[in-house]
Amino acid sequence: MADQCLFDFLHMEIVSHVYKEQQSNKEQVDSKDGALCISVLESLGFRVGQGLIERMTRDSPSFKDELDIMKFICKDFWTKVFRRQVDNLRTNHQGTYVLQDNKFSLLTPLSSGKQYLDQAPKYLAFSCGVVRGALCNLGLESVVTAEVSIMPSCKFQVVIQKLS
Amino acid sequence: MAVCIAVIAKENYPLYIRCVPVQNELKFHYTVHTSLDVVEEKISSAGKSIGDQRELYLGLLYPTEDYKVYGFVTNTKVKFVIVVDSSNTSLRDNEIRSMFRKLHNSFTDVMCNPFHIPGDTIKSKAFDSIVSGMMVQAG
Repeated sequence: MADQCLFDFLHMEIVSHVYKEQQSNKEQVDSKDGALCISVLESLGFRVGQGLIERMTRDSPSFKDELDIMKFICKDFWTKVFRRQVDNLRTNHQGTYVLQDNKFSLLTPLSSGKQYLDQAPKYLAFSCGVVRGALCNLGLESVVTAEVSIMPSCKFQVVIQKLS
Repeated sequence: MAVCIAVIAKENYPLYIRCVPVQNELKFHYTVHTSLDVVEEKISSAGKSIGDQRELYLGLLYPTEDYKVYGFVTNTKVKFVIVVDSSNTSLRDNEIRSMFRKLHNSFTDVMCNPFHIPGDTIKSKAFDSIVSGMMVQAG
């Protein structure tokens, strides 16, 4: 459907804009600039995630515990943002969760295989931010990282920071 | 209708507070502040008992001589507190609920506004007018 492409295209443009902006300031883009771009994209996603979760949890009953929140992220949240549910959720019950999506919607247009694998991180930074923003607004401070071994499948690792 | 409406952040600092009459403001600040303990208690006890429906609406927090204090907590742990006059006996539970729902809807709109920084006090005309609609007309 047409409305589904809109986010995809916008996201691609955001990524390319952030990188172009960085490039225009300097001749050579080194790894430090790459990291800066990733963190810009991540913080954009963070704000989006905060707003989104406010809206999505409006009509849902309150959550029991951490696992309940993660299930909501994997089912309802993922469906609304990435149009499918997470394929696999694993946890060690100590605050680490691995969300596996075998056909991640932002990677499917790029490639199916190992081509462009080095480009994958910049297309995942925003999504990591969205997840982290959502969790943060629900009261869970976390670190979200993404990992790709073969596109378009993707693993998100969420480590909840325990308040000591 | 309501004499005081307050929005409290998840770290328990006020995001928004409006009351009529304005000269009683300090008193309402106290009332809302006191109610936070009750809110905290209700949230922590809600998870323990089995089979409860886990609603966002917390119901009547406590009645005082002059006022009744109602509470509501969003999934993001933002609290809404509505204080109504005790003499206003015609006000039903359902009406309070719908007031909270309206407040919540308007709050989500504020949160989704890119010009609003999460954690800042609410400065939104749309939110203001929703709140004004629920307040007692002074005079």
